[in-house]
Amino acid sequence: MKPAPFDYVAPPTIAGALETLAEAGGGAQVIAGGQTLMPLLNLRMSQPFILVDINKTAGMAGITHDGSATRIGAATRQAALLVDAELAAKQPVLVKAARHIGHHQTRNRGTVGGSIALGEPAAELPATSVALGAELEVHSLRGERRIKAEEFYLGPYMTTIEPDELLTAVHFPLWPAGTITVFREVAQRPGDFALVGLVGALHVEGGRIARAGLAWFGMGPTPIKARQAEQALLGQAVDAVDPARIADLAVSDTAPFEDHHATADYRRRVGQRIFARTLSEALNEKQPA
Amino acid sequence: MSDHRIELTVNGQRLAETVEARKSLGDFLRGDAGCTGVHLGCEHGVCGACTVIVDGVAVRSCLMLAVQADGAEITTVEGLAKSDGSFHPVQQAMRDCHGLQCGFCTPGVLMTMAALTPEGGHAREEELLAAMSGHICRCTGYQGIRRAIRQLAGKNDAAAGAHA
Repeated sequence: MKPAPFDYVAPPTIAGALETLAEAGGGAQVIAGGQTLMPLLNLRMSQPFILVDINKTAGMAGITHDGSATRIGAATRQAALLVDAELAAKQPVLVKAARHIGHHQTRNRGTVGGSIALGEPAAELPATSVALGAELEVHSLRGERRIKAEEFYLGPYMTTIEPDELLTAVHFPLWPAGTITVFREVAQRPGDFALVGLVGALHVEGGRIARAGLAWFGMGPTPIKARQAEQALLGQAVDAVDPARIADLAVSDTAPFEDHHATADYRRRVGQRIFARTLSEALNEKQPA
Repeated sequence: MSDHRIELTVNGQRLAETVEARKSLGDFLRGDAGCTGVHLGCEHGVCGACTVIVDGVAVRSCLMLAVQADGAEITTVEGLAKSDGSFHPVQQAMRDCHGLQCGFCTPGVLMTMAALTPEGGHAREEELLAAMSGHICRCTGYQGIRRAIRQLAGKNDAAAGAHA
């Protein structure tokens, strides 16, 4: 249980980190909190020849808001999401999801960008970024680009980020005031990997669903956007929503796998139930008069 | 593989050592700093036995590299008791409430408790109970740990129930 040998640098600037990533030609791995990466290194599932530590890199952490989005620096600790009143008011879904990431001890070190960039399929933050329509800010020596979270994930721990690119921040769009929070996770114990999870937001205007962003985690090789369910919900009168039917649509977008914790069929059945129940509770709770 | 010079404070003592990049903080604390109270169990962040306090917060020492602790202030279980040997409140609570059996998970449990118990004050019971999800006690001695948490939260019935 010891990592294979590697070199290590802790660049003080983003430019320095990008230079190392470009020079390494795919042999480098960025480390931030290390709460996902260190187990992979210890188990030798990941064997980079150089680690680029961004913990002391200037400009990588912090939470700021503008009129349309919240920008969260990639190296912002997950624990920082839970002690920020402004964030709780502006991004309630994100804060709710953050309470379920790992444990107190891992949230103290784990970062927002680390979880999103590595792409564990059962993790909360990748699915939250997909559900809410987040954009990933990525830099390399070639320049900057933005990637839509829903187009970022290709498979377990596989994303569209290039080897010379560094995730610097995640932009979560501001949803309208009064947005309904949707979150439910089923795990064997608190802090364990989710067997099935659902996260998202609904916005109701004039008694009808005007905006819907819903995604699954632990239900396939990547976080999965519940596109059919979102489409079916849009424009619907809140009283007319049939949660069981929408849940069936949502489950039909998933591709759960079997492991020693649960069968694929179990995941689908539990997913259908929690989707229907969570949707029904969310709409009844917040239904405008 | 690169070697790195690090300087850090462990239990109030200033240390300067050269470490291989891949060495975990847990291995450094046990092997180089002599803090064998840091118990490495699973070495992939699941069991919580290796938990130490880094710059005021509880973290897994198996999920952090020693080189990343350059400049940090670290407390291990060895740093909890006072120099005269008298217990830290979290140690006293675990003793009063029979909060340990084999003791392997105990140093990690103590460090999470210590990080979340304000000096001279009471811990918040719900917060501490939730944080205990980050520790596995393979003796399943959780009831004693729960009683210790109640004592730390200032609920005085805890010690009385220790033998129940």
